[in-house]
Amino acid sequence: MEYFDTLIVILQSTVRVSVPLILAALAGLYSERSGIFDIGLEGKMLAAAFAGAAAAAVTESALIGLGAAIFVSVCLALVHGFASITQRGNQIVSGVAINFIALGATVILGQAWFRQGGRTPQLSGDARFTTVELPFAAELADVPILGPIYSNLLSGHFLLTYLAFALVPFTWWVLYRTRFGLRLRAVGENPGAVDTAGISVTWLRYRAVICCGILTGIAGAYLSMAMTAGFVKGMTAGKGFIALAALIFAKWKPVNVMFACLLFGFLDAMSIRMQGNPLPFIGEVPVQFMQALPYMLTVILLAGFIGKAIPPRAGGVPYVKER
Amino acid sequence: MNDLAIELKGIDKKFGLVHANKAIDLRVRKGTIHGIIGENGAGKSTLMSILYGFYQADEGDIFVGGRKIEIKDPNAAITAGIGMVHQHFMLVENFTVLENVMLGAEDSQILNAGIAKARQELKRLEHEYELEVDPDAIIEELPVGLQQRVEILKALYRGAEILILDEPTGVLTPAEADHLFRILEQLKDQGKTILLITHKLREIMAVTDEVSVMRRGEMVATRTTAETSVEELAELMVGRRVLLHVEKGPASPGDVLLSVENLTVRDSRGVDMVKDVSFHVRAGEIVGIAGVAGNGQSELLQAVSGIRRAVRGKVWLDGAPVDVTGKDPSDLRHRGLAHVPEDRQHMGLVLKFDESENSILGYHDDPKYLNGLFLNIEAIRQDAAAKIEKYDIRPPNPRLKTANFSGGNQQKIVLAREMERDPKVLIIGQPTRGVDVGAIEFIHKRIIEMRDAGKAVLLVSVELDEIRSLSDRVLVMFDGRIVGERSPDTGEGELGLLMAGVEDGQEAAQ
Repeated sequence: MEYFDTLIVILQSTVRVSVPLILAALAGLYSERSGIFDIGLEGKMLAAAFAGAAAAAVTESALIGLGAAIFVSVCLALVHGFASITQRGNQIVSGVAINFIALGATVILGQAWFRQGGRTPQLSGDARFTTVELPFAAELADVPILGPIYSNLLSGHFLLTYLAFALVPFTWWVLYRTRFGLRLRAVGENPGAVDTAGISVTWLRYRAVICCGILTGIAGAYLSMAMTAGFVKGMTAGKGFIALAALIFAKWKPVNVMFACLLFGFLDAMSIRMQGNPLPFIGEVPVQFMQALPYMLTVILLAGFIGKAIPPRAGGVPYVKER
Repeated sequence: MNDLAIELKGIDKKFGLVHANKAIDLRVRKGTIHGIIGENGAGKSTLMSILYGFYQADEGDIFVGGRKIEIKDPNAAITAGIGMVHQHFMLVENFTVLENVMLGAEDSQILNAGIAKARQELKRLEHEYELEVDPDAIIEELPVGLQQRVEILKALYRGAEILILDEPTGVLTPAEADHLFRILEQLKDQGKTILLITHKLREIMAVTDEVSVMRRGEMVATRTTAETSVEELAELMVGRRVLLHVEKGPASPGDVLLSVENLTVRDSRGVDMVKDVSFHVRAGEIVGIAGVAGNGQSELLQAVSGIRRAVRGKVWLDGAPVDVTGKDPSDLRHRGLAHVPEDRQHMGLVLKFDESENSILGYHDDPKYLNGLFLNIEAIRQDAAAKIEKYDIRPPNPRLKTANFSGGNQQKIVLAREMERDPKVLIIGQPTRGVDVGAIEFIHKRIIEMRDAGKAVLLVSVELDEIRSLSDRVLVMFDGRIVGERSPDTGEGELGLLMAGVEDGQEAAQ
């Protein structure tokens, strides 16, 4: 029973740390499936985390905080869109720039506004998201096996957590069952086909980056207003890049994205749990090794050892009508 | 007046300094196949792109079915009943046929309802026009002929009454092209109007009812096809009389200068593209390799010129064995092998360099271009100027960026560089791809001159006419093998069948 309880605890924290990854990776999916590579997931998430925490601290409302997070993130997404769609700039450069702007601006503005060394004030009460208990969670907690799974693993998360997981099938449905999804997939593969079919490539791609901005906004809000109670400098700590790795690992498919993020989240949860606790037979595994695993797995995947990850064909290439 | 499907009046379009269309007038009658012919860069594609809403004309009016309309984007063109089959297919390669056909004409936000309807409609169209294709097939798994069919279906699905085809036969085998023409005839019988853009005179004569000729952005003439001739059209295209038949005397073959034995070449995917190929080329003869693009000709050229390593086999150059699995191209060039690559823009030239730099590319270590450790710019420019003069490269400016030369002149830059080295063996891939008629004539003459000067010439081209008029012997390549050797006088039908992989072309042709 002890191992089972430990497992539940690890899985529970897996879910907790996977949520921002899932949201960010789905955000990247919308953008990259439309042919706009987005290396700026990290920056958008960070800016959103700051904007959310700051707005929530001032207004004492988590919802306003969420709104502010999404707003700021969408604005940055539009900057990326303007640079890479309208101005046909280099998408990687634009993404990197957004990461740096977010990293610097959040600290400077945080210090200027709150004078707490770049942090935002601790959020409490209505300013922070609270967890929700599923019905009968307390009553069922004592049922063996299923009880802990239901009341500890499935219940007791933030609404945003349930939203993130609900967005996975929703994204699949959008991508494969709606007109928008068909066109989105098409524009990432061959924008010329979309253009000659009488559809605006520009508008379609803008809509994709806006979707991306909304999702990274939610991811940022989750970080600073749900998982923790306030913004801390550089708090995304590479999650945007892990999400990007998960997106590649998942071969740009929504359901795979969820599993990839859960895997990477699980590795993260293990690394926290295993600090100081040696594994049987193996001994103590350095935390850094666990933290590096998602990247290593992605590199192994990209090198072609686990199937093949083929990015959207028109990805990273600005659309220019040929003469 | 009512029988006009399309009327263009005074269409004018400039791209910066380039005047692509000069006050074009065009009248296309309903229910006909109307050809538009002209050299590359004559403005055909620009005109059609204006009609399809890809570009906006600076001036001029478009009438469709007698009504004046504004076509400001492809959507407006589709609404007006105009469909277009582009030269490079506008298909999403990893989508199914059905998805491609539906794209942009989905009916509703949710796909499911539309899919059933599209499937039904597609079935009806396939039946009505005999355009069978599996709606659930993935595009990239279909042969190009079928991909083109999907493009036609796409246009018909959107209710096109007027169909524009831009250079539709460039990627097809002769048999596939004939099949396409039958489809076009059928569409015509059903009352559709077809605009066929091409630079191939043979196609114009074969299928069109009327033909309009463009030259340097102007519409120079419209003729009824039955009342004109290839010669007249060719003359209209280039503005002077051209020799379509290449004048050449009989060959006087000498020693074997290039011989290839049991060569097998693998492409980057690990597929054998050249399979156990053997042949030889003698001094003073032109050996042509005919075949549909993608049957191993490119890999053969690359292996013989040292760009790609062969898996097996030998290449002998001037009687000496060359280990093709280890030699680099520069070594071969120093031994007297000159190579005009198939793709001049990627392999033959550095487009960002100026003309003079490209004219010594790969020979830059020749002492006559050097001044100690440095390049002798003065000598290089003089050398380039001499080549420009001799090969009539226009504009005659050795300092102009190569990207700014037209296709024909770019090709002449490559030819001048390779031919002026006075090689023993000359390998030429697609000498006139994307080159205008005037330059084609010049290039063909130069190739014959090389032969008469005693060089061994290996010619690879997907243009069967070119192979037949230049070569002294024709080898046909199919699926990586040489499937036959024929004399250049062999009928097009027989060669076409060989190219299509029908074992014995002669037998099947009878």
